[in-house]
Amino acid sequence: MDKELNIEDFKKNFKSDILEIIEKNPRREIITIKSESILPVAKWLYKEAGFRFIIASALHTKRGFEIHYHFSLDSLGLILNIHVILDKVKPEIESLSNMFNASNWIEREMHELFGINFLNHPNQDKLISEGNWAEGVYPFRKEFKSDQEKR
Amino acid sequence: MGFKSYCFKKSLWVFHFGGASCNNCDIEILDCLTPRHDLERFGILLVGSIRHADVLLVNGSINTRDKERLLEIYNQAPKPILVVAIGACGCTGGIFAEGYTFAGPVDKIIPVNAYIPGCPPKPEAIIAGIVKLVKNS
Amino acid sequence: MSKKTLIPIGPYHPLQEEPELFKLYCDGEIVKDIKWETGYNHRGIEKLSESKTYEQVFFLVERICGICSTSHPFAFANAVEELADIEITNRAKYIRSIIGELERVHSHLLWVGLAGHFLGYNTLFMWAWKYREPVLDLFEMISGNRNSYAMFKIGGVRRDIEESKIPAIQKVLGDVKKKTDMLVGAVMDDPVIHARTKGVGILTKQDIIDYGAVGPTARASGVAIDVRKDDPYAAYPLVNWKVITAEAGDVFAKAQVRLLEMYESISIINQCLEGLKKEKEGEITVKVKEIPEGVGNGRAEAPRGEVFHFVQSDGSNSPARHKIRAPSYVNIATFRKSCIGQTIADATLSLAAVDPCYCCTERMAVAYDVHSGEKIMNASELICKSAKRTNEIKKKFRI
Repeated sequence: MDKELNIEDFKKNFKSDILEIIEKNPRREIITIKSESILPVAKWLYKEAGFRFIIASALHTKRGFEIHYHFSLDSLGLILNIHVILDKVKPEIESLSNMFNASNWIEREMHELFGINFLNHPNQDKLISEGNWAEGVYPFRKEFKSDQEKR
Repeated sequence: MGFKSYCFKKSLWVFHFGGASCNNCDIEILDCLTPRHDLERFGILLVGSIRHADVLLVNGSINTRDKERLLEIYNQAPKPILVVAIGACGCTGGIFAEGYTFAGPVDKIIPVNAYIPGCPPKPEAIIAGIVKLVKNS
Repeated sequence: MSKKTLIPIGPYHPLQEEPELFKLYCDGEIVKDIKWETGYNHRGIEKLSESKTYEQVFFLVERICGICSTSHPFAFANAVEELADIEITNRAKYIRSIIGELERVHSHLLWVGLAGHFLGYNTLFMWAWKYREPVLDLFEMISGNRNSYAMFKIGGVRRDIEESKIPAIQKVLGDVKKKTDMLVGAVMDDPVIHARTKGVGILTKQDIIDYGAVGPTARASGVAIDVRKDDPYAAYPLVNWKVITAEAGDVFAKAQVRLLEMYESISIINQCLEGLKKEKEGEITVKVKEIPEGVGNGRAEAPRGEVFHFVQSDGSNSPARHKIRAPSYVNIATFRKSCIGQTIADATLSLAAVDPCYCCTERMAVAYDVHSGEKIMNASELICKSAKRTNEIKKKFRI
């Protein structure tokens, strides 16, 4: 945690994996990477650079299923959004939960809400959907119409 | 004096069921028992089992998952029991009524004797509501 | 053959306000494993947010949790103002920080009371909640409501704190400080509380980093993270204060951190009130034309830790995606580390020490017999068990 991060370091290490970088301000950057590279990127951020995993946000857009992994470097107040875009029909990506426990629950939740498959996740039990909505239904997908809207 | 009015004359024992709520109402209910309002001096207690209760307080917008449990608790309650729906969520579902897990406000699931609206209702409002209910029952 | 018992805490129990189900698998008196079910509190807030305008979302996120009722609008406002590059006035910054810190004071007092109840010290519960009432009266005076204050809007705050109200606020804070002195003395010097809470529910520094835990839970294990210092917002960089940490990581350390933080909060509020007096001519809100396309990351330090809101805008009046992460989402998961290997009585206390806010997380504990599947103890029995343990220790000290 007392290592000083150099974003340039990150950009050098993962040059071939980065697709796009948007710098909102010195403390907020959105880096779009290839979805296959998520494991080495997360490993570098967590183990080498001392980032903390805040949470992951999934979105369903016209481009497909997108996930922003939010990592925070507390010593500098910096948030890096690692952004991936997944396939529209079969969204899947490697799970980060074998590396640290912080992503365990949110990956299960994203699976229940969006239907994204997290490969090699240690525990695929239901988190919030039991009794609340049926199997195979993904409430946050944009084509989903809940009971209220059907009426 | 009828049997029911005799039962509810004094020292009501209360069971609290919190549905899918934000806890504002739950905390205001607990506030009624703390030294400022101190309902315990009237013998009003919060009990751990529905079978000991005279009054069932329900708050929160009820989730599909909470619905069966609310029904089960109501069935286990010894009758006569007074049911009070507390807060905007308990009365009508509040802002959560449009959610995809909403299973209807409390009166769609069990019969309700009194509604105490507010977000959250102040402890004074809760006490006034209960007193009005007991006087009318 | 060892018999494992499964003890239920919840889902509906009088002192645990929210419904949640934790299954503690016990072998005799020791907790061996924990499974938990949630979903009782799930209300679909993130989806509801997409159908509301930005101003309406404030009323929605306030009601995610009644105790952290300011922190969610705070983080949401930070996210949208970052998205749209809006800079708020100094007066608005001071007012926002005052409300945030007043909430921290009332929330920590609430926790002290609940911790007292879990320990079996019901007098502590009654006292702490009694001294909380003047703080709620202050909220009513400033905003009109004891909870859910509706003070925030994009670009500033909705109501001002007039100069005439400042002496009343300072007086109440002075009283709260005196009472905090008394509570600190009662908790920190009591040998029975030391015996019940020291060495119980320990989380190491590595556990905190692995689970990404935040707030007093992390600071009690020596991990000095606090959004107000790391990623400053509102009036926090304009006033002097320090981050409180402890090293032991047990329940006692968590109580210590929370009690000492109350002093810092009172100091911050007093400094902000002086700042308000200087900014007499300031406006409380700035004009906001539109919210452009883009994303915003906003965070705030709630009494329980870092609240994080992620907002994606498509240029319309409503958020296209609004992700909410409450601190209890990461803190509750640490139960696996802090409760396993403890006795049942201590596990109840470890659960309370993290100050779980289930409605923020949306997700109560039960113990069953692992072999027969029978319910052994319900929630109030668990609390009684914890209170009994305190009495046993009291006898040892001949109190």
